[in-house]
Amino acid sequence: MSDFEKKILEFKNRLNGTQDSKEIESIRTDIFSKNGFINSQFKKLGSLSEDEKKTFASNLNKAKQELLEIFRSKATEVSDKDLNEKIKKEKIDVTLPEKEFKIGKIHPVSQVIDEISCIFSEIGFSVEEGPDVENDYNNFTALNTPEDHPAKDMHDTFYLDENMKTLLRTHTSPVQVRTMLKGKPPFKIIAPGRTYRSDSDQTHTPMFHQLEGLHIDKNINMGHLKGCLNYFIKEFFEVDKIKMRFRPSHFPFTEPSAEVDIGYRIENNKIIIGEGDKWLEILGCGMVHPNVLKNCKVDPKIYQGFAFGIGIDRLAMLKYGINDLRSFFECDYRWLNYYGFDPLDVPTNYRGLSK
Amino acid sequence: MKFTKDWLDVHLKTNKSESQIIQKLNSIGLEVEKVEPVKNELSEFIIAKIVKANKHPNADRLKLCDVDIGKKETLKVVCGAPNARDGLLTVYAPPGSVIPKNGMKLEVSKIRGETSYGMLCSESELKLSNESEGIIDLNDKYKTKIGKSFFGEKKVKNVIELSITPNRPDCLGVRGIARDLSASNFGKLKEPRKSKVKKNIKHNLKIKIEKNKNQACSIFGSCIIRNIKNTESPGWLKNRILALGLRPISAVVDITNYVMFDLNRPLHAYDLDKIKNKITVRNSKKGESFKALDNKNYTLNKDMCVISDDEGVLGLGGIIGGERSGTEIHTKNILLESAYFDPAIIRKTAKKLDLSSDAKFRFERGVDPQSVNAGLESTVELILEICGGEVSKFDVQQIRKFKDLEIKFDPKMVSKIVGSNINSNEIKKILLNLGFTIKAKGKFLDVKVPSWRPDIFGEVDLVEEVIRIIGFEKIKSIEPEKKRTKPTLNFYQKHFHLAQRSVASKGYLETITWSFTDEMINSKFRENLESIKIINPISSDLNVLRNSLYPNLIFYLEKNLNRGFGDQAIFEIGPTFTGKKPGQQKTVVCGIKKQFMDDDNSLKNKNLIDVFHIKKDLVQSLIELGIEKDEFIIEDNTPSYYHPGISGSIVSKDGNFVLGYFGALHPKIILNTFGFEIFLENLVNYKSKNIKIKESLTFSDYQKSDRDFAFLVNKDSRAQDLSEVIKKIDKDLIKEIKIFDVYEGENIPSDKKSIALKVTIQSDHKTLNENDLTNITKKIISTVEEKTGAKLRS
Repeated sequence: MSDFEKKILEFKNRLNGTQDSKEIESIRTDIFSKNGFINSQFKKLGSLSEDEKKTFASNLNKAKQELLEIFRSKATEVSDKDLNEKIKKEKIDVTLPEKEFKIGKIHPVSQVIDEISCIFSEIGFSVEEGPDVENDYNNFTALNTPEDHPAKDMHDTFYLDENMKTLLRTHTSPVQVRTMLKGKPPFKIIAPGRTYRSDSDQTHTPMFHQLEGLHIDKNINMGHLKGCLNYFIKEFFEVDKIKMRFRPSHFPFTEPSAEVDIGYRIENNKIIIGEGDKWLEILGCGMVHPNVLKNCKVDPKIYQGFAFGIGIDRLAMLKYGINDLRSFFECDYRWLNYYGFDPLDVPTNYRGLSK
Repeated sequence: MKFTKDWLDVHLKTNKSESQIIQKLNSIGLEVEKVEPVKNELSEFIIAKIVKANKHPNADRLKLCDVDIGKKETLKVVCGAPNARDGLLTVYAPPGSVIPKNGMKLEVSKIRGETSYGMLCSESELKLSNESEGIIDLNDKYKTKIGKSFFGEKKVKNVIELSITPNRPDCLGVRGIARDLSASNFGKLKEPRKSKVKKNIKHNLKIKIEKNKNQACSIFGSCIIRNIKNTESPGWLKNRILALGLRPISAVVDITNYVMFDLNRPLHAYDLDKIKNKITVRNSKKGESFKALDNKNYTLNKDMCVISDDEGVLGLGGIIGGERSGTEIHTKNILLESAYFDPAIIRKTAKKLDLSSDAKFRFERGVDPQSVNAGLESTVELILEICGGEVSKFDVQQIRKFKDLEIKFDPKMVSKIVGSNINSNEIKKILLNLGFTIKAKGKFLDVKVPSWRPDIFGEVDLVEEVIRIIGFEKIKSIEPEKKRTKPTLNFYQKHFHLAQRSVASKGYLETITWSFTDEMINSKFRENLESIKIINPISSDLNVLRNSLYPNLIFYLEKNLNRGFGDQAIFEIGPTFTGKKPGQQKTVVCGIKKQFMDDDNSLKNKNLIDVFHIKKDLVQSLIELGIEKDEFIIEDNTPSYYHPGISGSIVSKDGNFVLGYFGALHPKIILNTFGFEIFLENLVNYKSKNIKIKESLTFSDYQKSDRDFAFLVNKDSRAQDLSEVIKKIDKDLIKEIKIFDVYEGENIPSDKKSIALKVTIQSDHKTLNENDLTNITKKIISTVEEKTGAKLRS
């Protein structure tokens, strides 16, 4: 064995024999650095004859390749081993709590308003609003509810002055008046909002939410009203079939007037909408009274149409199984968390109303 | 309005069952609210057995009996009867039952320290005989009937309760209901019975309606009935009165009540012998007073309609009678009144006096003015039948004529409004059956409205009559068209929607609280606005409209704290009020955040919230709402409810729009709590005046360099002022300024602080060389020193 071969063997043994990354690095220097073994051997080339040169160079290159391979595999082996040992020491108890975060929620009433707006948007209604404080004229008189009429008793009104001229609106219907007075027919609007009646018990709160609907055009009749509400109820409850009945009723601002009941049944303490033989009143509606149109500068000889009023809180209770109306306004942390909706859960037409 | 099927049968010949009728009533607009078995006053008395008659521990003459009433367990009843003994079969009256003898309602009571559940009855108490010595002693035949009703179980009748809408006074009488049913093909309305009563005696009481201004009474019909024997009502009448939920009083009173519910015709009976001289119907003088039948004294205002005699007020016309002239069981001669009063005036008076009665309820809705005579006839007939006596001719004073309204009606209206074709013969038939009279005139109908329908004014009212009888289910539904011509939400509404979800996504729970609040708490947030008081608040702590969202949010935050929730973030988006006129309101988004100090939780204490957390929430939401960071500046003037040193306002750069406030709430109001407000209208107004067009994106790929500076400034200087100055030095080169350290303390004068910033410099056109960088750096230092008085820290 030549010295060269001995040296090569020695390097091989050194590499194979080590498990230490520093040692590997020093071997690498010994072999491959500027002044390392390989380079020092190449320097010898100059003193050799042409024939010897060829053989020597080829041997040297072969040896270099061989050493390089051994070195690489060794280096990988050792660095893997080191990393594995390091990782072993890095074990963290990931069952410790994550960084704190808070999930916000949207109130069910807001969610339901968005759902309803989404449904009516599909059939061309746009959203209108009106102030919470109203005058007696917009809230009653313009809506064909005269002074000193028992129909006023149905609304326990909060008043802001002794003459009972300014009040908190008892329904969203004054938005009809405002909308018609500021624009020109046709009108096709919904108006959600806060409403107030001085009433407080198990099923009544002094503030609640209503949604007004109004569609006035040249030829809008009760068939349209029926179709519109039928569509709305089906979409809202996300069911294919709905059992609905119109019962004649009385509101001063519509004629004819009706209340709408939907059929339901109770199964395992849960309310199932759309089937069953029980009836639940959910909204009032009718054809807008000609007197209201006249008061709003709309000619009842040319225009007619329907209006409806829906209790939003009530719908939210039904759809999401909430039992107590008062709980909507009590701001209980647990309640808000439980019944609230994820802010990213925006009702849309293409995704569907609810998740 | 309550009635029974057999009462309905008096007016309607029908073969329909009770349940069919109930369904029909609902579908024609007479909403059935309840169907309940009639309370029979005697069915509650039960056959019982004294299992053991123990001595009462505290009274020698009383016994404490264990009574078997056919239930699992015996009851304790205290009894004073000498014959109460073990094994006695007798009659038991439960708590809640009314003793026929004295009309007393039993309650669970303590007698000499022992609780008695009901009573054992004597024959006299049940009005079986005058025997009152001991309790009823039943023979052995009753042994097997323990627990059964003593008077036998009669077939139970139902009371049907309707919720009649205010436009249908005619259905506040059973006859009106019968008429509606007959028009719906549910039977035939019977002709009213012809009276055979002879009116022989003279009506010798002078009656006059004074022609006062706003006289409520326009018709006053009356008759005199003499020599009656007022008595207890017969069974059938008692049962009807009980079905109404009223208590039988005497035949005269029961009969007038019966006719009121039968024909929607209120009447009043006076004791004739108590009327002084004559009857005058007039407006009251201010301060006049009288004692009404409800045993209360009323002092009247000027111009309320009273029925009076020479001695003064007898009663309030159409509302309530007076005690002085009331009938009693020994009343011999009566004056019967059947009158018409104006709905609006009646209502005004009753409201002023806070008085309600069945008569008032009817008159304010509208009683048939043509029913004055029919009411008298019907009542007289019953009184004579039950109490005997002789009746006078009727006297009818009338100061106003009533004319039935006529409507020119185009029957095509029905189809136009309903949307389905309705045959004109069917329309005519329905209207006729409802009591309208019709004359055809070309393509129109001349429709005369019956006097009992004050709710019918015009054509649409007739349309409603027709469609409600035909049934709404006959209307063909028309599918809505899926077409949109206007955007669903306007610019403001879009921002409302976005703001709501943006804030919620920062970890806040949305609440909805009352628009009103407690004046005391509100005054801390009112600033210089006036309290907006509610005249009739639901409770004294919800007595003003809120000027801010904070009062309610803080109230509920504290409630949740008491429920044991320390960490909280809640918000509301809704109106706050600036005045009491319509429209004086703004929409505010208000969030509050509180962190519960938990000293043991070292994981959490590394991340305590401070004003910069709340500022982050606010700024991030503003950015999400489309306001860029360089469009606003922070000012430090905030309302007094914020901590003056730890709060700020966000104002548009032009200074015109306050977009929001943030900060620690004032410690006098609540400790360790942070909040923010966004003023939605301001934000939307700002945005609509500063519409941005998104330019196409350009960015520089030339090398950028960071340069750090530390400036020594006065302690009260604001970091924003430094960065604003630097930003303006070269808008092209200075790309970003980041404040990364604020330092006070050692090595720094005590009235100074050091602010360290990193400025990113980059050109859009070239790679900056060392010289360029030195120049801009020098410029930054000199400009800052010059404009702010800061010194570069060396």
